[in-house]
Amino acid sequence: MIYLELFCTFFMIGAFTFGGGYAMLPMIQSEVAARWGDKISEQAIVDFVAVSESTPGPFAVNMATYVGTEMGGLFGAFCSTMGVVLPSFIIILIVAKCYEKFRDSSVVKGCMTGLKPAVVGMIAGAVLNVAMTVFFPAGLSLGVLSGAAFYVSLGLFAVMLVLALKKVHPIVIVCLSALAGIIAGYLGIWS
Amino acid sequence: MKFRELWKVFITFFKIGAFTFGGGYAMIPLIQKETVETHHWISDEDILEIVAIAESTPGPIAINAATFVGYRTCGVWGSVCATLGVVLPSFILIYAISFVLRQFQSLKAVRYAFYGIRAGVLALLCKALWNMFKKNPKNWVSYIIMAGAFLLTAILDVSVFPVLIGCAVFGLITAKYMARRTQA
Repeated sequence: MIYLELFCTFFMIGAFTFGGGYAMLPMIQSEVAARWGDKISEQAIVDFVAVSESTPGPFAVNMATYVGTEMGGLFGAFCSTMGVVLPSFIIILIVAKCYEKFRDSSVVKGCMTGLKPAVVGMIAGAVLNVAMTVFFPAGLSLGVLSGAAFYVSLGLFAVMLVLALKKVHPIVIVCLSALAGIIAGYLGIWS
Repeated sequence: MKFRELWKVFITFFKIGAFTFGGGYAMIPLIQKETVETHHWISDEDILEIVAIAESTPGPIAINAATFVGYRTCGVWGSVCATLGVVLPSFILIYAISFVLRQFQSLKAVRYAFYGIRAGVLALLCKALWNMFKKNPKNWVSYIIMAGAFLLTAILDVSVFPVLIGCAVFGLITAKYMARRTQA
């Protein structure tokens, strides 16, 4: 049953996303590849990260709604979004009642000293996956080094990274790289 | 009376969900403006509290904040309205967009655009990663956990969930050990 699977998967993801937003990217990548890899490609996920960056709202809700829609239409989107929201909803309701105890708990603090760096390491892994789909879209091989696409992607990435570090707004970066992609496409770079 | 208050909570968080791009901490200034300055539901100190809680509980920061503020203003129903409000804009928008995307994916220009966009997204992700790395404590425990989590999930393909649990336990043990050593 796809609806139950969507709900449970995103409930797990919601319950394990510490530090917000991108922390769920590694989980989305691995869960989607393992469960629905035949329908949603790794490239589709990267494309959708771009859509999430350029639309309002929390990253987690955007991703959940997208995967839910692709797999199970409107009700699928409802199930996955409910799933990703519910864990934090329940936990915050509990914490709101006994905030002081929670804040001063040495167990919570101890767990966080382990979780924060773990999330950074995992996001690094997720970024590596994205880098593979950008630079080696047809799988890892040295063949791409002889085509122009690899170098154009690399150049585009470098320029956008400089812009991102200069705090240019993500939407501007998405639009600029879309424009560059279209120009490169009509010059025959991507084929 | 109570119903009107709930409606206000819903509309306020609907606005917050509809107008913050990028999610996460990008939402905090607008939440502060709407809930502290405009509606006086909570104080500036509560905002700091919310950020601290959001950092140490799972889930998207926007959901955490909405649930917390909603609870403070109108109890459990307040948190239901606030959370629904903050989720609904992106839910509707993304549902619509995923149809539009499917329609336009066959267009050459759109496919070309996404080749470029993927490189741009990679840049955005690298920047986000760098920011998170800078915020982390700079000590050997945190570097070891970082490297370990990266190796296990990215290279050895271990599932994310057990690695997170393992890292939490490891952090807990080292924190207790450090505390005991500084006491002694």
